[in-house]
Amino acid sequence: MKLPLLEVNQVKKYFPITGGIFGRKVGEVKAVDGVSFAVYKGETLGLVGESGCGKSTIGRLLLRLLEVTDGEIRFEDKDIHALSSNNMKKIRKEMQLVFQDPYASLNPRHKVEKILEEPLIVHGIKGKKERRERVMNMLETVGLDRYHAERYPHQFSGGQRQRIGIARALMTNPKLIIADEPVSALDVSIQSQVLNLLKDLQAEFDLTYIFIAHDLGVVRHISDRVGVMYLGRMVELTDSETLYEEPLHPYTKSLLSAVPVPDPDHQPDSEVLTGEIPSASNPPKGCAFHTRCKECMDVCKTNRPAFQEISPGHHVACHLYGDA
Amino acid sequence: MQTTPSLQQPANTSIEKPSSPWRDAWRSFAKNKIAIAGLSIVVFFILVALFAPFIMPYDHTKPDLINRLKGPSAEHWLGTDDFGRDILSRIIYGARISLWVGFSCVAGSILVGCTLGIVAGFYGKWVDTIISRIFDILLAFPSILLAIAIVAILGPDLQNALIAIAVINVPNFGRLIRSKVLSVKEEEYITAAKSIGMNDARILFHHVLPNSMTPVIVQGTLAVATAIIEVAALSFLGLGAQSPDVDWGKMLADSKSYLVQAPWTMIFPGIAIMLTVLGFNLMGDGLRDALDPKMKQ
Repeated sequence: MKLPLLEVNQVKKYFPITGGIFGRKVGEVKAVDGVSFAVYKGETLGLVGESGCGKSTIGRLLLRLLEVTDGEIRFEDKDIHALSSNNMKKIRKEMQLVFQDPYASLNPRHKVEKILEEPLIVHGIKGKKERRERVMNMLETVGLDRYHAERYPHQFSGGQRQRIGIARALMTNPKLIIADEPVSALDVSIQSQVLNLLKDLQAEFDLTYIFIAHDLGVVRHISDRVGVMYLGRMVELTDSETLYEEPLHPYTKSLLSAVPVPDPDHQPDSEVLTGEIPSASNPPKGCAFHTRCKECMDVCKTNRPAFQEISPGHHVACHLYGDA
Repeated sequence: MQTTPSLQQPANTSIEKPSSPWRDAWRSFAKNKIAIAGLSIVVFFILVALFAPFIMPYDHTKPDLINRLKGPSAEHWLGTDDFGRDILSRIIYGARISLWVGFSCVAGSILVGCTLGIVAGFYGKWVDTIISRIFDILLAFPSILLAIAIVAILGPDLQNALIAIAVINVPNFGRLIRSKVLSVKEEEYITAAKSIGMNDARILFHHVLPNSMTPVIVQGTLAVATAIIEVAALSFLGLGAQSPDVDWGKMLADSKSYLVQAPWTMIFPGIAIMLTVLGFNLMGDGLRDALDPKMKQ
C-alpha cells in the first residue's frame, strides 16, 4: 500500500457574495463543493476541468492561501488548516506552487538571484555564500546559466521565466509541487520543454506533483492519475491510461471528444457539449452536470451522486454506475 | 563594476560582486541628460540657499526708499521692490525658505500619507474604511481653507504653515499609494511570496512598497512646486513667513500692486519658482525611469 502524501477530505470552499449598502451576504459561490482525493508519494496527479470548475481554488486551498469553508486537508498526516502560522511556515517549505503566468509571478524589480534567494532567507538559511551557491546550482538544474542571476525577469522569454518560477519553487527542497497551469501561457514548442523539465526534476528530486490544467493532452503526457472536475466537484478520478481509454462519466467522455484531432477529415463526435456551464452560485440540484448530460435520468435531477470506487482505483460520481 | 551584462555576454563576469539596485539606478539616472539637467537646477538652488549670506550683493532686508521700484540695472541686476530692496538678494535669501518649505512639506506628507495609505491598502477591511474616510474628510474642505484653519489653531508662523500644508497634502499621497498597493497586492508575485511563507512585513517592504512608490516619486516632485506656492498663499495672508523673513511666494504676493508699474518685482521671483519646479519635475521623471528596471538598457 502506497502512502498518501496529501489527503483531501470533503473540502468545501464557498466565497460569499455581498451586496446592498451594508455589505450583507446575499449568496455564495460554491467554488469547491465537497472534493476528496489523495496524492501518493512520487506520483503526478492531474486535475482537469473547464474554467471556473474550482481547480485553481483547490491548488490555493492546499497551500492555505485560502482557508477552507469545511473539510480537511492532511499533509503528511497533519491537518494543515488547523496548524498555527509558525507550524504552517514549516509545511510551506514542503509544498510549493508554480504559477500559470510567468510574466506576473516574478517581481519585476528583483533580479533573478534575489527571487531565488528569498525562499532561503525566509526559511532561515543564513550564509550569504551558501545561498548564492544554491541559487547558482538551481539555475543550472533548471537549464539556465549562472550569469542569468544578474538579470531582471523582463529580460527573459516566457519559457525561461517559467524555468525561474520552477527554480523558485524548488529552492526549499519541497516534497510536493502544485503546478497551476504551468504551461498554458507558453508557446506549444516551449510547453514540451517545460513539461520535460518538470518530468526530469521529478525523477531527480523525488517530487510529487499536482498538475492543474485544462489541456487534456498535456495532462495525459505528464500525469499518472487524473481527476476531472466539474462545477466545484470531482466527477471522475482514475489512472490516466484508464481515463483516456475508457472514460465512464458522461462529462469526461464529452471532454475527451472535444480534444482536437490532427486530421482534417475527422468527423467530430456527437458528444460535444452544448449549453453553458451553470453558475457556481446557483448550481443545479442533484448532479451538477444533469443540465448538459445526454444520459440524464430522473434521479440525477434530485439526488447528488456519491463519489464512489467503481473498480479498483477508479472513482466516479454518476448515477449510471454503482448502486447509488 | 563596469556595465551590467548585456544579453550576449557569457558567464562569470559579475558573479563575485553583485551590483546593488541603487548603483544600477544611479547609473541609468546618470545616462539620462535631461534628468541630470533637472538635478543640476535643484543642486544649484540648494547651493544658492546654503551660501546665501556670502553671495547676496545687498542685505535683503535693508530698505532704500530713494531707489524704490527701479528696473534692472548694473547696481541692481534684477531691480528693486517697493521698499527699494534688491530683488536678486531677496531671491537668493528666499531660496532658503522656499526650498525648505518645499522639501519639508512634501517629506512630511509623503511620510504620513504613504504610511496611512499602505496600511489601508494592504490590510483593507475596517482599517481601510477608517483611513479612507479620514482622507475623504480632509479632501472635503477646500484645501487652503483647511490650511488657514490649522494655522489659526496652531498660531501664525512659518513652521505651523509648513505643518498645515503638509497635512492638506496627506490625503493626496495616501490615496495615490493606497490605490497602487491595492493593485500590487493582487499580483501573482505577492501570492508567490505568501506561498513561500513570507511574513507581512517582508512582503510589504520587499515586494509591495518598491512596486508602489513610482507614482509617489513623480507626484512628490510636482508637490514640491505646489507646496512652495501654497505656503506663499499663507504668507500672503500673513499666516506664513513673517517679515523680515522672505520667501518667493511672499515676494509674489507683495508685488501684486506693482504688476504694471514694475513687472520685474513679480517676474523674477516667478522665474525662480518656475525653474525650481522644472528642476524637480525633470529630476522626478529621471528618477522614475531609473527606478524602473524595465527602462534600463
